[in-house]
Amino acid sequence: MRTDKTRVRVLLAALAALALTLGVAACGSSDDSTTSGSTESGGEAGAIQSNPDNGKVSLTIGSKNFPEQEILGEIYAQALTAAGYKVKSALNLGSETVAQKAVKSGQISGYPEYASTALTSFFGLEPEEVPADATEAWEKANEEFEKEGLQAFEPTPFASANAVGTTTETAEKYDLKTVSDLEGVSEKLSLYGSPECRQRIDCLAGLEKLYGLKFKSFTPVDIGLRYTVLEKGQADLSILFTTDPQLSAESDKFVILEDDKKVFPAGNVIFVTTQKVAEEAGPDYEETILQVQEGLDLKVVQELDARVELEKETPRQAATAYLESAGYIGS
Amino acid sequence: MNPLPLASFDGAIEFIFVPQSSNVTGGNKVGGFEKSLELLLKHLEVTALALAIALVIALPLGLYLGHRGKGELFAVGIGNAGRAIPELAVIALVAVLIGVGLKTVAPALAILGIAPILVNTFVGVRQVDPASVEAARGMGMSELDIIRKVELPLAVPTVMGGVRGAAIVIVATATIAPLAGVETLGDFILNRNVYGENGLLAGAILVALLALALEGLLALLQRRLTSDGLKVKTA
Repeated sequence: MRTDKTRVRVLLAALAALALTLGVAACGSSDDSTTSGSTESGGEAGAIQSNPDNGKVSLTIGSKNFPEQEILGEIYAQALTAAGYKVKSALNLGSETVAQKAVKSGQISGYPEYASTALTSFFGLEPEEVPADATEAWEKANEEFEKEGLQAFEPTPFASANAVGTTTETAEKYDLKTVSDLEGVSEKLSLYGSPECRQRIDCLAGLEKLYGLKFKSFTPVDIGLRYTVLEKGQADLSILFTTDPQLSAESDKFVILEDDKKVFPAGNVIFVTTQKVAEEAGPDYEETILQVQEGLDLKVVQELDARVELEKETPRQAATAYLESAGYIGS
Repeated sequence: MNPLPLASFDGAIEFIFVPQSSNVTGGNKVGGFEKSLELLLKHLEVTALALAIALVIALPLGLYLGHRGKGELFAVGIGNAGRAIPELAVIALVAVLIGVGLKTVAPALAILGIAPILVNTFVGVRQVDPASVEAARGMGMSELDIIRKVELPLAVPTVMGGVRGAAIVIVATATIAPLAGVETLGDFILNRNVYGENGLLAGAILVALLALALEGLLALLQRRLTSDGLKVKTA
């Protein structure tokens, strides 16, 4: 028979278990990594040197809350830690507007943004006005950021852009290498994309207007299903991202068509921060970030995305793997 | 930076009736009466289909279990589980299995509606006065007749409560149907980049109005179906 004493003990045990679970969950999600001090500044070429002066500066690196962004955030955070800064990460910002607010209010020191997103979302450019050249796009964005006390560092080698993708069978059947090759063929093919794609000039509306293509049908689906609908044979064509891990991990199944008429604006990543933070943090802040993103070309980013999205590694692990194999930090 | 335009009620009303310009569509206008009507009808279509499927499954089951007095744990369990269903996950799961489109979204939404209808039907029938049922048996009615002529009419208020609950949940959740190939009013809400803040508010207003209208319609239906003897007579 359960006595009152036993009941109290059971209740206390349950509360303790609950508290423990919540504690573990909180630790897991907020990702507080506070480290300071130097790391192995070995003699490898390209290794990040730790500077003891940086130990006085605390930085919070943010990112949006999807894998590619989280990996970038982790890369920057770990690199800056190696350079001797006190670094915390906040890799959970919901959208570019949330991220902007966080930077401006000082909640985070900076975060990686896509140049095309900054130009269209913050500065009101029409998608067709976004420069196709990475440096031009960065300069244009930086001009606008500086008016608001912000600053954007130079762009990464890779760009994340939408792309028309299909299975290798379909591409071979109709001999498709570029989007223009769809002329005369697209009427027989169904296109699947995100719900907003239908009306966007940098998506279906642009494909119809700038390439003059008419598709058999367009069906809106959640972005997460973009490969599923191709695999299931429901979609002939699907809107994919150039940095998708499936493109490297399953390159015999899926292929993207080259956007020869430049409907999809390219998004190289630029690190956005405030001028104030940049000044206080010293030259190592920008230098470290630029140094560590040099190795990020499209193939590398696809592979990193694959590690996290397909092989279920954490963004932290993928970032460490990248930094070590590129020789930026010692292992 | 362009300040985020806050939605205004007037702006939303205007969006519903007059096509607006958008800064990602390269000059094509969005919104307007035709589009709003199109999405509203689609929303209604998928709601009606899902509700019908839920009724076909849950009503007979609830009546049978309630009449026999069995399966109380099952019915209540389903009711509780039904409240906790993460609908977006269900839609994604069904999409992976079956594909996307109406044939996927309607059953997925129907699952949401089954729980309230099943529980309320079960409880409604169980609450019928056993004496009435005994009297009916005494009169020589078959079990099916008892269900049809005695238990169901007496349970109408409770059963309709469940149907109304199911309808509201389904109407509200049909908002995410655009993620699985069916363009409902949720399109205005999900695609802020295309439709803007006014479009978002317009979508919300239209869904709310649709829900209210549906609730009103079902309340009227309940009135018609409740036999006069049960209606509370005001002095």
